[in-house]
Amino acid sequence: MIEFLQHLGNGTLTSFGKLGRGSRFLIQILSGLTDTLARPRLLVNQLYSVGVLSFMLISISGLFVGMVLGLQGYYTLSDFGAEETLGVMVAASLVRELGPVVSALLFAGRAGSALTAEIGLMKATEQLSGMEMMAIDPIKRIISPRFLAGCIAMPLLAGLFSAIGIIGGELIGSGMLGVDDGAYWSQMQAKLDFQDDIINGVLKSIAFGFVSSWIALFEGYDAIPTSEGVSRATTRTVVNSAFSILGLDFILTALMFGDN
Amino acid sequence: MQHSNTQDTLVGLFVAAGIAGLFFLALQVSNLSSFSNKASYTISANFANSGGLKVRSPVSVAGVKIGQVSAISLDPKSYQSVVTMSIDAAYNQLPDDTTASVFTAGLLGEQYVSLEPGGSDTFLKDNGKIDITQPAIILEKAIGQFLFKAAEEKK
Repeated sequence: MIEFLQHLGNGTLTSFGKLGRGSRFLIQILSGLTDTLARPRLLVNQLYSVGVLSFMLISISGLFVGMVLGLQGYYTLSDFGAEETLGVMVAASLVRELGPVVSALLFAGRAGSALTAEIGLMKATEQLSGMEMMAIDPIKRIISPRFLAGCIAMPLLAGLFSAIGIIGGELIGSGMLGVDDGAYWSQMQAKLDFQDDIINGVLKSIAFGFVSSWIALFEGYDAIPTSEGVSRATTRTVVNSAFSILGLDFILTALMFGDN
Repeated sequence: MQHSNTQDTLVGLFVAAGIAGLFFLALQVSNLSSFSNKASYTISANFANSGGLKVRSPVSVAGVKIGQVSAISLDPKSYQSVVTMSIDAAYNQLPDDTTASVFTAGLLGEQYVSLEPGGSDTFLKDNGKIDITQPAIILEKAIGQFLFKAAEEKK
């Protein structure tokens, strides 16, 4: 019994300690952002590894998700003779939910795990301590540019995901299943609002980019500097990012689309 | 520096593609292009019941969309629904005895405001008011009245 309580208390203290370290880490990142803006070269390098390298994954997934939505939506909607509203269904589900969420999950798997492994290995091979020895702040030099790159890349990737998905839905809907092309676009334009749907979707994806880069960088920075520790940190990044993205998505959806 | 140059190009291409995607969403997918940048004028109408009318519901004349509902509020004195509509400035020749009705597009479709122009020579101006209105038909009410009548006739 005592052992159980000790275990429970230890677990609670550890997780609160981690949350505290994570928050302090976030403040350090944010205060390091001014230095990042002064050295855009670092940011461009990170945009390459976070954004450009995720580009293919995101666009191909977007295409297939859109095509599946077109196919499934058509089967359901044609039962009610409402297949003309396919465009609304595909676009609304992509722009509001699937675009930001699925691209953020893919982003956490593709870029987040790479960030954790990179930072964790830097720590394990004492590159971060080496930088400190040379009076270079590793947070400003290494972490902040990666964080900002994640926050910039995420909305762009989510926008691409939705746009390609909508085109994929059109390919299936009007190309294969014979939904009228004009109705596909015009119903979509009539039903989707710029402020309510597009802007909120972009805000969501910025929030997801913020959270998943923060988790990925923190797990790497906080990893136990052994090969096992780094591999565990990478796993935790993917798991925690997925949880936070989905939980945050629920909260944001309730806040943004509550009054519709 | 060759490596760095291609990297720059790829990052540039990526950012351009992302912004193009967002622009595509804004212009092609949402209603940003359809009304917000066109000149429009406002008219209002009091309905006894505006039914399921919503902000951004279409306003049409003879089936052609000429504007949209911009606000719906309750007149605290007459307990009537005040529907404010913004009409495309190209259609500025609505007579001041125009009739406004709330109709439903199809059986399950959304509700919209239909305007039927009258014969007057003077036109509605900005912030003008439509006096002749016909409230939304509430399906339950209509069915109720029908059943009531049918029961009366049987007696």
